[in-house]
Formats: sequence, structure tokens, C-alpha cells
Amino acid sequence: MNIDKKITDDLVANDVSFVTTVPCKQLAGVIEEIDQRSEIFHIPSNKEDEGMGLCAGAFMGGKRSAIIMQNTAIGVTINTLATLTQFYRMPLPMIISYRGELREPVACQVEMAVHTKALLAQMHIPTYHFHWQDDVREFDNILKYTFMCNKPVAILTDANFWGGYGDQ
Amino acid sequence: MIRSEILKEIAPIIRDHLVVCNIGLPSQELHMIDDQPTNFYMLGTMGLSSSIGFGLALAQSKSVISIDGDGSVLTNLGTLPTIANNATGNFTLLIIDNGSYGSTGDQPTYAGKKTSLTAVARACGCDTVIEVQDKDLGPVLQAAIDSDEMTIIVCKCDSGNIKLPVITMDPVVIKHRFMEAVKA
Repeated sequence: MNIDKKITDDLVANDVSFVTTVPCKQLAGVIEEIDQRSEIFHIPSNKEDEGMGLCAGAFMGGKRSAIIMQNTAIGVTINTLATLTQFYRMPLPMIISYRGELREPVACQVEMAVHTKALLAQMHIPTYHFHWQDDVREFDNILKYTFMCNKPVAILTDANFWGGYGDQ
Repeated sequence: MIRSEILKEIAPIIRDHLVVCNIGLPSQELHMIDDQPTNFYMLGTMGLSSSIGFGLALAQSKSVISIDGDGSVLTNLGTLPTIANNATGNFTLLIIDNGSYGSTGDQPTYAGKKTSLTAVARACGCDTVIEVQDKDLGPVLQAAIDSDEMTIIVCKCDSGNIKLPVITMDPVVIKHRFMEAVKA
């Protein structure tokens, strides 16, 4: 199964047509796939809170939106999640590269990884963790759930899910 | 002129367009001067007026004006390259540049010192950037809305605030009313 294509196909099938991204090595393939799909307008952001602002505007303009980012961004976006996405009740699928988990080669990434789920829980953000490639089968349901409940929803995708870092 | 005087003057120009208004006093002032369903009031999230307005402009074809402040743009400077590189003609960014953080007690911003947001916007790749003095804003804003070019307006004005109440409208009501106006 090509998970980059599966994620993109599910986004398209759920009418997500506006995606903003802040890059991560693990996400390079899915970002490239999204960039190539004519059904999706892809706009890279310089910072994740800016991206959430773009998504909020696009949503109010009638387009379902999503953000792709690293888990370090949770530290950047707490205020935006609380005072924009949650306060105004807007749906936002967040496809998150879960750096600092199993098969992570960079020690510093672990420092944010240990806070990631706690912060998401504190924010009462529904959170799913993809560890095995098969977990991606749930993605379609998660998107439907997100647009049903009008909340930000986190999908944490770790290195094992993406196939690790080769020999590292 | 101070910001509230500017908003009073441009209210008839922006009334029929989609407006995303910056957090704090700007939204409170616009709400008091000319509340419209086409106004989206930010109740929080300093810095994102330009991003929200730009996302809205990209998602649909109606004209969108983001009312921002110099302090808020400085908070989210990364917005300018994003806007520049994905320009859409139905978007106008109006930066009311009074050189101060008005909502928090008029502390000076760097835009009131050595930093020129006009030059920053140009350096970020925005093709049409107009710096204008407060009293001359009206026709410049009208021309920007009428044109097919995305325009960044930096409106230099005095700092100063008026006393007025906070917005008590529920955020979900603001959003719903605004989205209905977008669709209308």
C-alpha cells in the first residue's frame, strides 16, 4: 500500500480541497502527492499558526481544509487552536509527523514527543496514533469524524508508520 | 487621525465586502461603528487577520479585506511571503500602522521606529504595496478593492484609542453569520 497516495485519496474523497503544510522529512512523500493533485489547493505555510489561520479562512469560504505539520508545532499553535479553531468551532484535520517516537534518530525530537499527547489531551483534542501502516485504514473514518464534530483532530504518524529512517 | 476615525471613514467603502477584522480594539470599533454580517470579528489569536482573510480569498471569489495592525503583522511576519507567492486579486490587506500596540496600552512597535512594513512587504514579493497617509486612505482602498491586483495598503496614522465595550456576540454566532454572508 502506498500510504502517501492513500492519505491523499482519502482527503479528496472527503472533499478536502485546501491543504497547508509545514514540512518534515517524514511527510515529504505525502506533501509531494498533495502538491501534484489537481483536486487540492496546496499552500505551504511559514509557521503552523499561520497555516491554521489560512485553514480557518478557507473553511469559512466553503472549502474543507487540513494542515500537515510536525508535532513540534503543537508547542507553536496552542493559542491558535484554543482561540480560533476551538472557540469558533471549526473542523481541522491535523496530519502530524510524530517525531521523537520509536525509530527516531534525533534525540532532541524526543523532548517534544514526550509532551505531545499530554498537550493534545489537555486541549481535549481527539487524537489518533498511526504506528503500523495498516493504521492508515482508519484515516477515512477520522476525516468523517472531524467534519461531523467540527473540532481539530490530531493524527499522529510516527517513524515506524512511515517506514523508519532506513539504516538509522 | 486615529484608527477609530479611519474605520468610521472607510465603513461605507467596506460595508458590502467581506471583512476580517483584527483582534481587540479594531474589531470592537468596527462592531460599534458599522456591525455587518459580512464582518468577521477576531476575538483572539493576535496576528492571524491576514492569514484568515487570505485563506478566505483563496477559497472563494468575493472581495476580501483584512484589517490588520502593524503590531499584529509584526507578530506574524511569515504571512507576507505566503501572500506574495500565492497572490489573489480579490484580496486586500489593510495594515493600519499607528506605530503602537493600541489594544494593550499604546506601547511602541518597531514599525513606528526603524522598520518599514511597506519595505518589508515589497521585499517579501508583494507586487502592489501602497503606503498612504490616513486622510488619503479612502480612494486608495476603493481602488484596491476595484482592481484585479492584490494590494497591500500600509496606512500611517496616529496612535490613540476610544473607550468602548467588548464584543459579547458568541464566536459561533459570528462565524455562522459570516459564513451565511459569504454564501449569499
